[in-house]
Amino acid sequence: MKLHIETTINGEPAEYLCEPHETLLSVLRNGVGLTGTKEGCSTGDCGACSVLLDGRLVPSCLVLAPEAQGRTVTTIEGLARGDRLHPLQQKFLEHAALQCGICTPGFIVAAAALLDKNPNPTETEVRYWLAGNLCRCTGYDKIIKAVLDSSAQLQKAAV
Amino acid sequence: MAYHFRMPAIRYEAPRSVAEAVRLIQTDPGARVLAGGTDLLVQFHAGLRQPTAFVDIKRIPELVGVSLDANGLRLGAATAAAVVCEHPDVRALWPGVVDAVHLIGSTQIQGRGTVGGNLCNGSPAADSTCALIVNRADCVIAGPKGERVVAVENFCIAPGKTVLETGEFLVAVRLPRPAPRTADAYLRLIPRTEMDIAVAGAAVSITLDGSGMCTAARVAIGAVAPTALLVPEAAKALVGSRLEDDALARAAAAASVAAKPIDDKRGTVAYRKSVAGVLVKRAAKIAAGRAKGH
Repeated sequence: MKLHIETTINGEPAEYLCEPHETLLSVLRNGVGLTGTKEGCSTGDCGACSVLLDGRLVPSCLVLAPEAQGRTVTTIEGLARGDRLHPLQQKFLEHAALQCGICTPGFIVAAAALLDKNPNPTETEVRYWLAGNLCRCTGYDKIIKAVLDSSAQLQKAAV
Repeated sequence: MAYHFRMPAIRYEAPRSVAEAVRLIQTDPGARVLAGGTDLLVQFHAGLRQPTAFVDIKRIPELVGVSLDANGLRLGAATAAAVVCEHPDVRALWPGVVDAVHLIGSTQIQGRGTVGGNLCNGSPAADSTCALIVNRADCVIAGPKGERVVAVENFCIAPGKTVLETGEFLVAVRLPRPAPRTADAYLRLIPRTEMDIAVAGAAVSITLDGSGMCTAARVAIGAVAPTALLVPEAAKALVGSRLEDDALARAAAAASVAAKPIDDKRGTVAYRKSVAGVLVKRAAKIAAGRAKGH
């Protein structure tokens, strides 16, 4: 029997029907149509499916869809403001911090969670925070630079 | 959808009280308690577990959250690892617990995975277990016959096996307040810098007197036996010392003797026994340094 779940996704009230054992990742992609969140390993090892659940960074492949009842979910689609990209999205483009792009939404959501908690991280802090996001293309260096540059830009904007 | 047909319908339950959760798991032997899901859902997706119901315990108020009172700390069993590591009282009083919990998986996993789940999964390499053991933590278990309390070093009985009986689940982990000038530390060895499972791990808690003499100690080692081990002989080697080299060497030797590891892809028996001793020595120094600062 399908469950009817009412939740908040990217600031908007949302509802969906799901199987009791279905993952939040599956519902986001196949039910709600938010395909920005990617499926990588489905075992919580790769970070491609990262979302924020009540503001907390989690792997959506290891969250059951009914768990989102009454909670708030933020996905990659919730970061841009209309046509204006999130600074992290802009900096990923400027630094060419992506190649195939499958890992990118997970990296950006995870990095957004980091900058929210720690607006001025060191390179080491960025590397450890993102250790659970795997990228098989870039070699990570451009990703780290893009995150540090976003942090610098956000700091400047805050002054 | 293909796999849906070979699976009987699975229920999702989100009880609001401990009593309701006990009733759900007592009446349905196939029900599995869901906390962070970072072990259970992986095992479910791999076909290793086919629960009849997921009983999500995170909507039970006393299962989530960290609270400190005169007696000590209470960690709701379903509290996410990240919440534990961010808590200022935990950071101040149990830095070794933070060392250990912070090593459980990635940032994402820490947003979901719980200390209670780390215990209940029963892995001999679980990072948090050693740190809880040296802090004399105990486990509050709810079940059909009411509540019972088990010392954390007795909670896991074999790889993947715990003392939990049918209808029982872990409600909280409690840590008594440390004595003055007491501190802890946890170290593990992995062949990379992050995101791995311990080859060996060690936690040490040290109490110093005003002159820097060790008056009490607890030592535990992980990933080197079917369960994490409390090693009283290693602690004995430290008590009465000022953590001089010979006392540390005796503690390390005692840990190496107590270790009963297996050979596997992560390390050989001889290597793990040796590393367990080295980690005890290093963790003891860190704990003592922290205890001086208190």
